[in-house]
Amino acid sequence: MAMLEIRNLHARVNKQEILKGINLDINAGEVHSLMGPNGSGKSTLAQVLARRETYEVTEGEVLFNGKDLLAMKPEEAACEGLFIAFQYPVEVPGISNSYFLRAALNAQRKYRGEEPIDAIDFIPLLKEKMKLLEMDERFQSRAINEGFSGGEKKRNEIVQMAVLNPSLAILDETDSGLDIDALKIVSQGVNAMRSPDRAIVMVTHYQRLLDYIVPDFVHVLAGGKIVKSGGAELALELEREGYGWIEPALAGAR
Amino acid sequence: MSTMTQTSGAGTYLDAFSELEQRGSKQPEWLRSLRQEAFASFCDTGFPTIKDEAWRFTSVAPISQTVFSLPEAGPSGVTRAEVEAFRIDGTACSLVFVNGRFAPELSDQPKLAAGVHAGSLGEALAGDTGALELQLGLKLALQNDAFSSLNTAFIEDGACIRIARGTVLEAPIHLLFLSTGAEEPLMFHHRNLIVAEANTQVGIVEEHISLADGVTFSNVVTELIAAENAVASHYMIERKNRQSFHVATLRIQQERSANVSSHSFLLGGALVRNNVHPVFAGEGGECLINGLFIGEDRQHLDNYMLVEHASPRCNSHQYYNGILNDHAHGVFHGRIIVHKDAQKTDSKQTNRNLLLSDDAQIDTKPQLEIYADDVKCTHGATIGQMDDNALFYLRSRGLDENAARSLLLFAFAGECTGRIKPGPVRAHIEKLVRRALPKIIANGEAGDGGEREDKGRNWEEVG
Ligand SMILES: Nc1ncnc2c1ncn2[C@@H]1O[C@H](COP(=O)(O)OP(=O)(O)OP(=O)(O)O)[C@@H](O)[C@H]1O
Ligand SMILES: [Mg+2]
Repeated sequence: MAMLEIRNLHARVNKQEILKGINLDINAGEVHSLMGPNGSGKSTLAQVLARRETYEVTEGEVLFNGKDLLAMKPEEAACEGLFIAFQYPVEVPGISNSYFLRAALNAQRKYRGEEPIDAIDFIPLLKEKMKLLEMDERFQSRAINEGFSGGEKKRNEIVQMAVLNPSLAILDETDSGLDIDALKIVSQGVNAMRSPDRAIVMVTHYQRLLDYIVPDFVHVLAGGKIVKSGGAELALELEREGYGWIEPALAGAR
Repeated sequence: MSTMTQTSGAGTYLDAFSELEQRGSKQPEWLRSLRQEAFASFCDTGFPTIKDEAWRFTSVAPISQTVFSLPEAGPSGVTRAEVEAFRIDGTACSLVFVNGRFAPELSDQPKLAAGVHAGSLGEALAGDTGALELQLGLKLALQNDAFSSLNTAFIEDGACIRIARGTVLEAPIHLLFLSTGAEEPLMFHHRNLIVAEANTQVGIVEEHISLADGVTFSNVVTELIAAENAVASHYMIERKNRQSFHVATLRIQQERSANVSSHSFLLGGALVRNNVHPVFAGEGGECLINGLFIGEDRQHLDNYMLVEHASPRCNSHQYYNGILNDHAHGVFHGRIIVHKDAQKTDSKQTNRNLLLSDDAQIDTKPQLEIYADDVKCTHGATIGQMDDNALFYLRSRGLDENAARSLLLFAFAGECTGRIKPGPVRAHIEKLVRRALPKIIANGEAGDGGEREDKGRNWEEVG
């Protein structure tokens, strides 16, 4: 049994069908890269998995560690070990990063029947992860993402991931807009999380990220379907040729 | 027997007024005439109606149509043990009033620093040698202010606080106004006088609590005189029962370079009106007017601000946040008058509202009257629902919906509590706000995580 099994997933938003039959298996220990043109449905897939209600599933099923993911609320999916690093992390004024993250971690621990972690034990953990992502310690007391630069927001997502320790992490364009130094830092953070127990899905447009985090599989999403899958070399091919060369396949799929 | 009688206006207060006239024999002569004048003014004016600009969004019919009695004199029956739960650690003293009267046996009055007087206004009036005549009610315009007139007509007791020139009192003074239940609707006209002389510092917490069910009408007037370079903080916490009518007026007189902050927290009551009225009578004054109102069921919470810039180079900043659920109705009416000579005025007004249900309502109205030409006045108001994106973001990290909502609401409320200086009062108010929020959330439409159309208006103007 794969960690994540997506079967014939159809989803729509505002009555418009965006996902048109996705099939994908992801196993523990694997790193997948999900690529594809703008508007092809990559973020929609991530949001559906994160259980955002705006996206309505019309057909298909998703099993996460054997459980029906589509029956879960967002918080249940998170507590079951799913983490999405969002393409556009939300600013939440008035709640500090560290307060929020400890509350989230404790909610997950409670779900798993574990004792809550107190601030004294939590702060060193948070500091360690922030150091890994080279974020200034002062960010912990700042409001969630408020006034953060694009790169700081992306790094903050990875800090959250590192603290919450999910079994499946989906990173939606975490690399977009990062300069090369920030990209290295983020990649280092992600690579540190690679483990036989964890699966990682990277949604990206750029091969550059894949130089630092080499995926086991690459998939191309186009028009709401996965139109091609391959190994790391597929990304290189896409980098050289663009999506044009799979256009016929795409046309055939329609 | 029905205690609710259909009446119109002032007539019903005559009996109570005559009763007080008879027993108020200890009061000085000047006060008798002040009270008579005030009662005449109240009879002239009558209760306001929604045709009055200042009362457009609030009908006081529930008050004017109820007959209220003055509480009877005699022991309150309240024990010290009951009061203990309401005390705040770290205060200089706590003065307790039950049903409008000072209760020394329930108060905590350790010896205060030299230069600090805090006690009962009733007692001070009984022993007055003329000082109070010069201050009490002097700055209060009674014409067209039915509630202040009524309060003045019924002056009996309240707090009298005087901070002598140059005295710094760091620990706050806690005023606890408790009401007990009664068969018939009761009214209280608390009157507080706070005089912070030149170069002083003082903090006063005025807290209104119902000990039991029962209809009450508390009509409070607090006069705060901040002399030159005085620094004064006033905290009004209203957490009365859901049958209560509560009208509060804070009249602030600020002399040169006085720095005053007013913090209001409306957390209870059925019909609440909170007037905050600072007047800058000297140059360089600064006033922060901060407030939070949290309403549910059919609560009506009206915040009325009248900021008068009568001198140059004064700053006033108003920040009010409202959280309304169910059928609650909130009002924010911020009137700013900049008089001709008040050049270099810097006045800012912000009102932010969260509506948690489709039936909750907010009326927000700025009213700027500017007669000087070199001023900076800005105002803005927002009305919206809870941010679905933020809610989803928090939930996507594992917080359940209630926890996420409560965190967002507490953050919103925290904008107001965050303006209080860190210390015992802030901790106390944060605790009360935190306690008020879960109720709101439990009543909220939990489970409704779907997209909602944003019906809120949102505007920002600079004038
Ligand atoms: N909340 C929404 N409301 C309306 N349309 C939406 C919404 N979310 C996504 N869409 C539409 O669904 C389609 C797929 O969008 P999605 O964000 O999933 O694409 P993407 O592959 O992530 O693109 P990009 O690479 O640009 O991030 C687009 O046409 C988009 O406009
Ligand atoms: Mg996207």
